[in-house]
Amino acid sequence: MTLDRRSFLKLVGAGAGAAGAVSLPMIGQAAELMPKSGKRVVVIGGGYGGTIAAKYIRMMDKSIEVVMIERNDHFVSCPFSNLYIGGIMTDLNALTIKYDKLAANHGVKVVQAEVTAIDPAAKSVTTSKGTISYDRLVVSPGIDFRLDEMKGYDTAAMEKMPHAWKAGPQTILLRKQLVDMKDGGTVVMTVPLAPYRCPPGPYERASMIAHYLKANKPKSKIVVLDAKPDITSKGGLFKKGWKDNYEGIIDYRPAKKVTEVDAKAMAVMVEGLEEVKGDVINVIPPQRAGQIAVAAGLVGDDKNWCPVDATTFESTKQKGIHVIGDACIAGAMPKSGYSANSEAKICAMNVVALINGKETTELSGINVCYSYITDKDAVSVAGVYTVKEGKIIAVPNSGGVSPADFSAAKTEALYAESWLKNILTEMST
Amino acid sequence: MIMKWRGWALATGVLAVSAMAQAAPPTAAMLSNACAGCHGTNGGSAGPTMPSLAGQSKEAIEVAMKKFKSGERPGTIMGRLAKGYSEAEVTAMAELFSKQKLHITTQTLDKAKIAKGASLQESNCGRCHIEDGKEGKDDTPAMASQWLPYMQMQMADYLSGKRKMPEKMKEKVDPMSKEDIEALLHFYASVK
Ligand SMILES: Cc1cc2nc3c(=O)[nH]c(=O)nc-3n(C[C@H](O)[C@H](O)[C@H](O)COP(=O)(O)OP(=O)(O)OC[C@H]3O[C@@H](n4cnc5c(N)ncnc54)[C@H](O)[C@@H]3O)c2cc1C
Ligand code: HEC
Ligand code: HEC
Repeated sequence: MTLDRRSFLKLVGAGAGAAGAVSLPMIGQAAELMPKSGKRVVVIGGGYGGTIAAKYIRMMDKSIEVVMIERNDHFVSCPFSNLYIGGIMTDLNALTIKYDKLAANHGVKVVQAEVTAIDPAAKSVTTSKGTISYDRLVVSPGIDFRLDEMKGYDTAAMEKMPHAWKAGPQTILLRKQLVDMKDGGTVVMTVPLAPYRCPPGPYERASMIAHYLKANKPKSKIVVLDAKPDITSKGGLFKKGWKDNYEGIIDYRPAKKVTEVDAKAMAVMVEGLEEVKGDVINVIPPQRAGQIAVAAGLVGDDKNWCPVDATTFESTKQKGIHVIGDACIAGAMPKSGYSANSEAKICAMNVVALINGKETTELSGINVCYSYITDKDAVSVAGVYTVKEGKIIAVPNSGGVSPADFSAAKTEALYAESWLKNILTEMST
Repeated sequence: MIMKWRGWALATGVLAVSAMAQAAPPTAAMLSNACAGCHGTNGGSAGPTMPSLAGQSKEAIEVAMKKFKSGERPGTIMGRLAKGYSEAEVTAMAELFSKQKLHITTQTLDKAKIAKGASLQESNCGRCHIEDGKEGKDDTPAMASQWLPYMQMQMADYLSGKRKMPEKMKEKVDPMSKEDIEALLHFYASVK
């Protein structure tokens, strides 16, 4: 007997009425998008972490099928987006990657879709295009915002007061607002409490905005309202850089936690006490792991970030799911693109081992983060990481920041460009 | 019922956790993968100021890392990073990179300079930078297909005295004109 759709629904409806809702969960469940035959790893996110996890798993073991799910058909890098905002780069082309070569060179199956749910028991993810099952799942969704801690900052407000903390249209909007601003205007930037994506990022951005104002709108200034009591990353270097280059342009105000915005009045509120107005306002809100990680129950007691094993990056909340990049708690490794890259490779190696029932390998990782102070000067922070007693720590007596006298800053600006080229090439070829 | 410890451990997954804690120490791949964010996948650099490590000699990498660590060789970042690795770890990475295929770069070079460099290299540099720079004697680094901007920056450091030249190399380099040195670097960058 063949059933058409109409009579099938009738039948199920009658059944449900008679015998309860037992069979109902089947209804509305999306179809399996790509039936799984052999070993399969699904990767959520095609950014700094996801692309590298997908590529390296395939480099290490071609017998594992890798499906990378990303909502966009391209990715725009946050690293160097501050240079675009400062007018040093004229477009975002050099910061944009596509995924075709990951597919062609490594056989990564790229699916453009939104992941809406993860079912750890069934080992499957639900996407806007259908469900995809996995043996192991790697989650690298980056960040989303804790909007409940920034009153008034909704989607509409973001169009007036861009965050530009995910690169793309928001970055272009902030740049446009700076260009359109009258000379003599005030730019306001808000910085959240740590942890957030890219600890030195706000200060690099303030430098780049000041660089633009100095050359193009010399009567203007930028007010930085920092929730933290001080600049915690490369603090000495930023302060010296600002003193040498942007005296009177950058007005840095520590311990000013912005909790509310008024997009109509173009004002922000510091803990309900003090109102600060701006002609251009860049709100960097408090952050947490990407929404999908929260929805899947991967966040820990803080409800914001995902605790993981320090060897495999397997979630301590859900078996078979690994979390890397900004979303995870990686001990001493900061939330940076370089960390995400390094974590992805560590995770990839151990995912391959676990799938094949082999011994795992202890972590060894690196983070380096370059920040531009002017168009020709950059400073860096570097770290080498290892594991001690189950925690990721910096190797003692290694790493650190650039020389305090800026003696290497011109050379580092040249190396930083090659760093970007290399890391984006890693992600896209 | 009293469960035996092993049974209890199996049931609760404690064994699995302790087994996982016994991961092997970092392998050469684990260590060197972390370098690739700057030096490129498998040590093949796509950034003109960043050196490729693929196909570099084991000794040259070991010596470079040792000198970065001690501060004898100046570096913007490698000193801070080299301090994070033991000698054995450096050796493991050096061996891995030395086994990678030479990374062939595509860069804009000057044909006339390449030709001039080709005529100068054997007698001036060939004693140590052997096989057209594809290999190096002892700890001499390979330079074939290396990025020109990187080599120019290193040569500038040598000439300013920031990076110390080996005595015998200095004897050759010192009397040479800027143009000849430039031609030699174009030559080495062109070797495939
Ligand atoms: C202004 C700025 C400057 C920075 N500069 C530097 C720097 O110089 N150096 C550095 O190392 N780091 C820098 N960073 C930090 C760096 O951008 C992040 O640490 C890095 O992107 C983290 O990688 P990730 O994989 O965790 O997230 P991302 O790179 O953001 O990737 C996440 C991807 O997942 C996708 N995604 C999320 N949820 C879903 C879903 N449900 N379904 C489908 N797809 C989904 C997203 O679309 C995105 O493409 C900077 C950040 C900012 C904001
Ligand atoms: C942040 C980017 C960065 C990372 C990460 C990095 N390097 Fe480097 N490397 C450089 C730069 C820049 C130089 C040039 C010297 C300098 O300025 O420090 C260099 C030079 C070198 C050289 C000298 C090459 C030559 O031909 O003279 C070696 C060897 C080297 N790196 C090895 C490594 C190893 C091994 C790792 C990983 C443990 C590593 N590097 C990680 C940026 C990096
Ligand atoms: C006596 C052996 C010797 C001779 C001759 C010699 N070199 Fe070298 N060269 C070396 C060694 C050894 C090093 C690495 C030294 C160090 O640690 O700084 C080196 C390093 C270099 C480097 C830096 C490469 C890198 O990856 O960092 C350049 C460039 C270079 N030589 C160019 C030349 C040129 C050009 C000539 C000829 C004019 C020449 N050398 C002649 C031994 C030699």
